Amino acid sequence: MAATKLGAAVAGIVGGTLAAGSAQAVDLPEDRAEAMYHVYDGGGTIAQGPALLIRKSMLDRVSVSGSYYVDAVSNASIDVVTTASKFKETRNEFGLGLDYVERDTLIHVSGSRSKEPDYLADTVSVDLTQDVFGGMTTVAFGFSRGADKVGQKGTPGWIDSARHWQYRLGLTQILTPRWTASANLEAVDDDGYLGSPYRLAQVFGSFIHEKIPRTRESKALKFSTTGDITAEGAPQRSAVRAEYRYFWDTWGVRAHTLELGYNRYFGQRWLAETFVRYYRQEHALFYSDNAPTETLYVTRNRQLGTFHDVGAGATLTYSLKNVPGKYDVKLSGAYQFIDFHYSDFTDIRNGKPYSFNANVLQMVLSATF
Amino acid sequence: MSASRVSPVAAPRTRLALALAVAGLALVLVLGGCAFKPIEPWVKPYERERLADPVMQAALNELPARQRDHIYAVREGSRGATGVQGGGCGCN
Repeated sequence: MAATKLGAAVAGIVGGTLAAGSAQAVDLPEDRAEAMYHVYDGGGTIAQGPALLIRKSMLDRVSVSGSYYVDAVSNASIDVVTTASKFKETRNEFGLGLDYVERDTLIHVSGSRSKEPDYLADTVSVDLTQDVFGGMTTVAFGFSRGADKVGQKGTPGWIDSARHWQYRLGLTQILTPRWTASANLEAVDDDGYLGSPYRLAQVFGSFIHEKIPRTRESKALKFSTTGDITAEGAPQRSAVRAEYRYFWDTWGVRAHTLELGYNRYFGQRWLAETFVRYYRQEHALFYSDNAPTETLYVTRNRQLGTFHDVGAGATLTYSLKNVPGKYDVKLSGAYQFIDFHYSDFTDIRNGKPYSFNANVLQMVLSATF
Repeated sequence: MSASRVSPVAAPRTRLALALAVAGLALVLVLGGCAFKPIEPWVKPYERERLADPVMQAALNELPARQRDHIYAVREGSRGATGVQGGGCGCN
């Protein structure tokens, strides 16, 4: 298990795509296929692999989808090199989904399994999307239930388990022929083993195993707006997007996320998507870089520390072949840079606050048909 | 019993205030119904062509959005309300 258990807990929330950000009338998702190769390289960790997605409608009312995602991880992060040794492992994730549309209502049911050598996460999700007010307002509800099994290298079988409940509510409103706005609220409850059997905390200079509460409740509220800013008569369309999310939980973590995007066409075949993102969070109540006394709960998981990160990215998509009404084949390349700065996580190799940057690459071949 | 703690004078006053509030609300609704037309959708379906254009989407493809969300989820302490569901993994 390369991951923090918090990361793995997120695996328990795998579900279908809740199209709460979409502003259009409720339709079946379009038939499409995607093949991606992705690379993440940052902080001593490289995660890469292929991913596939296919979605096909049947009988005008049903759409089925399947996905496969691989993360081949080579981990030499600061946590690993300072308290353990470098390792490699692979995570495979399979997903199946079914969409059913009835008038202005879309029902989405999905299931997924994420499997690592020492972590197994199963999830089922149900989402309902309803168009109201002449299609100008879209309301979405969703629920996911996750069940994880936690293992530890060197110990046969599973050592513990975790369960997750996720509730989501989305509202999208068409404001004008050019602007939409959305609000999303999501609550996630966790119960069980939420830490990592490998991670160490530091108490008065000595390393001990971290101690994490077995329950967590969190909420996130996001507001976003998207607008077409194409000037009258301009040949190429362009759009801007702004998002803000506030997060809070019972562990004391508070976080703000701000993202701004700008998209535009270049000619008939090129579409450019760009964005900048800022994230900042306050540490969990039981987080400590080096605790002065041993307490009931203590962790040095920097994911729960105080830090901020700044990122910027761009995607360029080229339309390879487009036969209107039949199919559209596109090739996309994306790059993203992220800079992480920790306020209360010391790099024990040099005694300075830890920071690192990451590069993300994605190549995607997609087709709608 | 809590009922015995209610003042014999205050209880009728409370009921009167409640009755007045309900009557007032009903009056507002009746008059409002006479004075105002219900709000109708002001952006017609044929005016939504720009909103359906791919340039308005945060991400053209599903898989890249899923991976990006996953990268944040395993490195940041927050989660949820992203509109995208992604898998978690050991890539911290």
